[in-house]
Amino acid sequence: MANNFSLFRNKVLEEAGSQVYFMASFFRNIFKSTFEMNEFIRQCFLLGNKSFPLVSITGIILGFVLTLQSLPTMKEFGAESFVPKMVTVSIVREIGPVIIALICTGKIASGIGAELGSMKVTEQIDAMDVSGANSVQYLVVTRILACTLMVPLLTILADALAICGSFIAMNLNQYVNYHLFFQKCFMSLSFDDLLPAFIKSIFFGFTIGFIGTYKGYNSNAGTESVGFAANSAVVSASLWIILIDAVAAQITNAFVYT
Amino acid sequence: MDTPNKPDKDILIDIEHLKKSFGNNTVLSDINMKLYKGENLVIIGKSGQGKSVTIKCVVGLLSQDEGQLKVLGKEVKELNDDELKDLRTKIGFLFQSAALYDSMTVRENLEFPLRKVLKMKEKGEINKRVEEILSAVGLPDAINKMPSDLSGGMRKRIGLARTLILKPEIMLYDEPTTGLDPITSHEISELILQVQKNYKTSSVIITHDLVCAKTVSDRILVMDAGKFIAEGSFSELRRSPEPLVNSFFKNTML
Repeated sequence: MANNFSLFRNKVLEEAGSQVYFMASFFRNIFKSTFEMNEFIRQCFLLGNKSFPLVSITGIILGFVLTLQSLPTMKEFGAESFVPKMVTVSIVREIGPVIIALICTGKIASGIGAELGSMKVTEQIDAMDVSGANSVQYLVVTRILACTLMVPLLTILADALAICGSFIAMNLNQYVNYHLFFQKCFMSLSFDDLLPAFIKSIFFGFTIGFIGTYKGYNSNAGTESVGFAANSAVVSASLWIILIDAVAAQITNAFVYT
Repeated sequence: MDTPNKPDKDILIDIEHLKKSFGNNTVLSDINMKLYKGENLVIIGKSGQGKSVTIKCVVGLLSQDEGQLKVLGKEVKELNDDELKDLRTKIGFLFQSAALYDSMTVRENLEFPLRKVLKMKEKGEINKRVEEILSAVGLPDAINKMPSDLSGGMRKRIGLARTLILKPEIMLYDEPTTGLDPITSHEISELILQVQKNYKTSSVIITHDLVCAKTVSDRILVMDAGKFIAEGSFSELRRSPEPLVNSFFKNTML
């Protein structure tokens, strides 16, 4: 049992060391020689454009369902008029960033993990390195930065659509004037709600890009490892998102929402 | 295990007592080899003896555990990232599967090293070099195709074109004819000879294909258990009394 534990411990430490080395390699290569702007823009388009329909639908349904589920309880307390504020603040502060990050983990992290894993198995990454090109800069840096940029933007989009979904849900039960509804929503939001959530989603985006590229770039030979890289990227990134959210909640409660 | 009486300036790859292990598995036990300027050196041996590992150490994809490995006069393990990158521009490596970038067209595959390694920007110059190299490998019409649209032989040719476009001094071929029919294998072998003649490259070719070995080789090394056990021309090795070497050539009609 002691032997198994030491093997497990060594494996965990090796993995941690490998990720730290990969992170260092990422930062070292961001500004090395010319930045791959074309590939970065291409990745932003691919990640953003391909995630747009899923994130949009998720955002609308999120707001719609949250409102429908909250209304009966709020009606009991005669606090129906607080539903727009409650939904807006909940979605902008917490639910929007986390749910959209988890959605993007499934879509983006698995895609990047599978793509780079497949390139690793077919020796395309080795071919890139052997020709004298910088595979880390071309494949890793561009994808991580694209995720870091696009996930917050997708989160903002989803939040906006969630508020629209909430409006639709409110109007299912009774007529609510759109001007009144959106005024209540936006008046309930403050800088303290928006900024921490935006910063959190930047960290989520970085995590998704980093884990996806790490798992794919370091996958083993064999087609089975491609599937494993994709699956592992989703699981690891999801766990990290929950952990980061927990830490962020503590920080924002301690310093922002006092 | 090298041909004597050649000046040092003609030695492009100089390997002495190279060792490489993966965990407890010793793959290369004592590799000694020299590649001379202008020659095609073929390495043959059973599967799993470390042939591909040797050439991957040459190009820095794997790092050796012990021994000396000099390429173009430079000790590979002592090079930093930029120096290794610079050295790699002088070496072409044709992977067994050709390793074409499958999200890019043939044109983009060939343009990639020109744009990313040589930092070429002039579109006219890039187009000219791409078209020239495709003509050299006999596939001018494949320029806008995707790798998935190509046959195995075509992929090898495009992979070769992508390495030659940087005009390397040394070419490393990892099983260039594996998986190909005899006619296409012969075409690839002839292409290797043309590359040697037209581009003045020196090459190391890893192969099981004795027809290819006979066609392209100036000198052959036979590998077994992580070291070279025999050396010579094709006809010399065919007459070798060494049992393993003999068994390699035993059933060939060549």
